[in-house]
Amino acid sequence: MRNTVRTTRRPLSRTSRAFALGLSATLAAGLLAACSSDDDDGSGGDGDQLTLRVGVFGQFGFQEAGLYDEYMELHPEIKIEQDSTTENGDYITALRTHLSQNAGLDDIQAIEIGNIAEMTHDLPDAWVDFNEYDVDTSHFMPFKVDQATDADGRLIALGTDIGPTGICYRTDYFEQAGLPTDPEAVGELFSSWDSYLAAGEEFKENAPDGVTWMDAAGGMFNAVVSGYEERYTNAAGEEVYENSEAVQTAWDYAVQAAQGDLTDDVQQFTDPWNAAMTNGAFATLAACPAWMLGYIASTAGEDQQGLWNIAASPAPSNWGGSFIGVPEASDHHDEAVALAQWLTAPEQQAKLFTERGSYPSSAEAQQAPEVLNATNPYFGDAPIGQFFSEAAAQIPSSPIGPNDQIIQETFTNQALLSIEQNGTDPDDAWDDALSSLENALAE
Amino acid sequence: MTTDRTKAAPPADAGGAAPRLTKETPPGEAAPDDSAAKTAGGTTKKHAAQDPASRAKRERRMRWRSRRYRWDIKYSPYAFISPFFLFFAAFGLFPLLYTGWASLHSVSFVHPNDMEWNGIENFTRLWDDEFFWRALRNTFFIGVISTVPQLAMALGLAHLLNYRLRGSMFWRVAMLTPYATSIAAASMVFAMLFGRDYGAINWGLGFLGIDNIDWRAGDWTSKIAVSSIVIWRWTGYNTLIYLASMQAIPNDLYESAALDGASRWQQFRNVTLPMLRPTLLFTIVVSTIGATQLFGEPMLFNDGDPGGGSQGQFQTLGLYMYDMGWTNRNLGRSAAIAWTMFLILIFIGLIYWALSRWVSSNTLEESS
Repeated sequence: MRNTVRTTRRPLSRTSRAFALGLSATLAAGLLAACSSDDDDGSGGDGDQLTLRVGVFGQFGFQEAGLYDEYMELHPEIKIEQDSTTENGDYITALRTHLSQNAGLDDIQAIEIGNIAEMTHDLPDAWVDFNEYDVDTSHFMPFKVDQATDADGRLIALGTDIGPTGICYRTDYFEQAGLPTDPEAVGELFSSWDSYLAAGEEFKENAPDGVTWMDAAGGMFNAVVSGYEERYTNAAGEEVYENSEAVQTAWDYAVQAAQGDLTDDVQQFTDPWNAAMTNGAFATLAACPAWMLGYIASTAGEDQQGLWNIAASPAPSNWGGSFIGVPEASDHHDEAVALAQWLTAPEQQAKLFTERGSYPSSAEAQQAPEVLNATNPYFGDAPIGQFFSEAAAQIPSSPIGPNDQIIQETFTNQALLSIEQNGTDPDDAWDDALSSLENALAE
Repeated sequence: MTTDRTKAAPPADAGGAAPRLTKETPPGEAAPDDSAAKTAGGTTKKHAAQDPASRAKRERRMRWRSRRYRWDIKYSPYAFISPFFLFFAAFGLFPLLYTGWASLHSVSFVHPNDMEWNGIENFTRLWDDEFFWRALRNTFFIGVISTVPQLAMALGLAHLLNYRLRGSMFWRVAMLTPYATSIAAASMVFAMLFGRDYGAINWGLGFLGIDNIDWRAGDWTSKIAVSSIVIWRWTGYNTLIYLASMQAIPNDLYESAALDGASRWQQFRNVTLPMLRPTLLFTIVVSTIGATQLFGEPMLFNDGDPGGGSQGQFQTLGLYMYDMGWTNRNLGRSAAIAWTMFLILIFIGLIYWALSRWVSSNTLEESS
């Protein structure tokens, strides 16, 4: 057997040897080429057309609302391509890496509000300063401009949407529990956080089976803390969460809700929370920003159409929203800035609202008739345009720090949740949160 | 095959080993490789009459050629195996060393290139880090309650599958299906099964009169839930390994045991188990490594949040490392945790190595 193999195997001829060598060289070269650059296009484009790439997360809305097409029609020399990452968590991780290496960046990159402070604090130089260009920022709400301005006064991003808050509630449950259902009357019922919790106690008496007053103590915490100007970080950039009045007050209210059995003991934005919403396990959402309406509609589904409504919050605040910026690494600053400016201009923001429900950060867009007169059929034709413009006017301009998100999530997803789920003593939970934060934020 | 080549190694005197390329050699003389030396000798004799200049030139060429052949034999094997080592260097060794380097610095995720020398502080602080110890404890307990039942069940299942069964191929494939499922899909399904209000498991327990359990919230319940994902996914894999090893046990042993009057159980204990020892050790090592690095299951069980529950009750070392690097953006400390995990694994590896030596010396003693 061995012998047959041996004799049939001929030594390689010179040509086949050369061929083999060439083949392996080609393969190796191809492999190396595949590893190295695929970012050599950038300028790309067919003929005179210039390609601008826009990097976003989730369903950002620009493309869905047809804004790119509109811009390309106005500017035939520009071609827009979008890179979208589903989860902001994945998106921001990649964006950080790209920014630190100054490579792989698009001409425009979206930034979620939870990450904007990190950009203004840690990576301001990676972004183009919009103040150096002739960009009109007067139409934005002032706090939106402040949040994207770094310590040296450079404006590194332009605002897209914001999330002014109200309180969402289930009218059918309110009716069953003998509470008013009309938004006006409910708004009066919610004149302060104390009265909101008092209404919860009243609700509990006659609540339908298995329905709690609100979803989570964390939601209560966020709703209260966001109404304050100074939350986790003060204007000087120091972390003040240990002693800030906002955190202390929010903590007390949230603990009261957790211990008063007013919550469903679920963590927000997890599957159990989604399931609870789908199954109608809670009656209110203490902080219900504009974008939440779409979230509720898609999670709760058709069955709950018309059952929800929204009432004024005792302390309206901002939750969420995004920005777009132009990385320094882009080869087309002028064109990218022009596009960013156009995308965030009042007309486009208004369109983004009517098409996608993202509430404009531009004060001018908020007053546009199509925004102001908007209603929401899912929420019983609530006049949400009017409602959110009133809420937006009361949003405090809060300084935000790069660690705000970590701090907030430690309080909501750890400390408060452990009071709800494990019956941890609030004082212990508070100490645990502080030591956890001390560890997390240490250099 | 590989050893054959060495036979064709060039002979001591220069100019050999290239019989095919000497065009003057008649085809009949281009004998198989192992007579190469003889052929080469023949050719040199044949050309003895030629003038010395061209002969010297020819010899130089031959010498060069034979050197190339020697190099070919000596070095081309390295080229053949180099892809693995190149990839290992790029994606295994370099990250390992770079992580080690980073662990000695204060590095932010935002500026990974700005490293500030920190000495071994990132390591020493772990000593006082209650969260690290918590993660280590969690990893250990989840590891134990996932590995032990998993291997025990795998052993039993393999024993059953080792009998003559109808549709044995079906059972074996069925065993391996969980292993072929992605961690993400499995974890998400399990997270739903273990749901508090709408989960199938609580629904089933409801019939037994047990109130809804908040699996995710409890200390032990969450660990059990995470372990169940691991057990479900890996039991079949280990079963097949055991099965393969059982089928390699010679039948004579069972026959003689049966002749000696050993029952099935005695056969299993006194024949199967001792023969499986090396395999057992292998599966234990692999499972331990897997348990130490446990990451995807607890993360996805918590909807992708690396915190491991409200009290970190199922935050494993892998999750703590991720939390430190990606949530808290502290790559230096994250790297130190990664290296500590690596060192823990080496330590465990050494224990197993000692164990395996002990086991194999025991086996030898027994068999002699």
